[in-house]
Amino acid sequence: MAGTKEIRTKIKSVQNTRKVTRALEMVSASKIRRAQDKMRASRPYARLMRQVIGHIAKANGDYKHPFMMERKDVKRVGYVVISTDRGLCGGLNSTLFRKLIAEIRTHQQNGVEVDIVAIGQKAATFFRRIKVNLVGSVTHLGENPQVAQLIGIIKVMLDGFTEGRLDRVFLCYNDFVNTMVQKSTTDQLLPLPASDTLETAHDWDYIYEPNAVEVLDSVLTRYVESLVYQGALENLASEHAARMVAMKAASDNATKLIGTLQLVYNKARQAAITQEISEIVGGAAAV
Amino acid sequence: MSTIRCDIVSAEEEIFHGTVTLVVATGEMGELGIAPRHAPLITRLKPGQVRVKLENGDEQFFYVSGGILEVQPQVVTVLADTAIRAKDLDEAAASKAKAEAEKLLANRTDAMEIAEAQAQLAQAVAQLQALERLRKNLKH
Repeated sequence: MAGTKEIRTKIKSVQNTRKVTRALEMVSASKIRRAQDKMRASRPYARLMRQVIGHIAKANGDYKHPFMMERKDVKRVGYVVISTDRGLCGGLNSTLFRKLIAEIRTHQQNGVEVDIVAIGQKAATFFRRIKVNLVGSVTHLGENPQVAQLIGIIKVMLDGFTEGRLDRVFLCYNDFVNTMVQKSTTDQLLPLPASDTLETAHDWDYIYEPNAVEVLDSVLTRYVESLVYQGALENLASEHAARMVAMKAASDNATKLIGTLQLVYNKARQAAITQEISEIVGGAAAV
Repeated sequence: MSTIRCDIVSAEEEIFHGTVTLVVATGEMGELGIAPRHAPLITRLKPGQVRVKLENGDEQFFYVSGGILEVQPQVVTVLADTAIRAKDLDEAAASKAKAEAEKLLANRTDAMEIAEAQAQLAQAVAQLQALERLRKNLKH
């Protein structure tokens, strides 16, 4: 019975691993729902915000905010990268980073420099190690991200854009399509893509308090913030979905492994018994 | 009695929507009472209360920590902030984010070239693919 004990220990250890992966899977499954609810809850704000911006653009045609103006030559671009804080979520972060690195590379080949702000532990450690200009970072947003946590890093980027250091700003995150599919996405944050069709305006203008420029400025800032916040929520839902799928696969693999080991164990046990019997029979015959 | 639609939302949730007869809020330039058919107006809000009067005469209060109020002929929209916002507070948040990044960069071991990172990523992806293949084989 030499081999059997080792096999038994191995089975035990795989069973323990499976317990952990099962637990992680179930935790993520329950968290997806909450993340999705939050995603849904934040949508009306962005929708109404777009409406207001549309109204302002319609009412006040002559003033154009810098956030809405396209710049001709692009010398330096900024990326807001949203990643997860923790691992064990399959290829979620590495797919995003791989896509991003390819983009950064094309930028650098064209002589365009790249500034990065990182949201999430994984992005922070990743971009720390490669040669890019990391200008801001925030980690540990937790299960319940708040706009307040994001204000700082967004301001870093917005300031960069207003002061002319950055000519374009992008947002990278994992878009939550459904539980099985998360799409790594890059959206342009600044300049804001021009709103396409506006219904013909009747003649009116707002009463602005205190004045059009300041109101528009805060509306657009809030709008960019809401976009980044939305991205963070999408990414959170994606994280849980990816983790759930990865952990489910791990649990399934563990089950399979246990099955195989059990088979090996049974065979070894059977062989030991057979051997013992043949020894006894052989011994009896010799007497 | 004439009424107007009112939406109060923050980035994190929808706070209120419904038909009201009056909206009272604290604008940057002073207290505002918006009755139906008010002229189009847009203003920033100061931290304070938003009071709405419902059709049946009931009143509801919401606290907002600033935001934007927009008045359109048919609708009043309040885009509420979820955090207290002030220029210097924002400034502080920004410098904190920067400091965080600098801290990270200060104890970076050694700057990797993009190519090197790409190689590492490729390696990780290859590993993932190998795992995928193994998984498929196991199924058969």
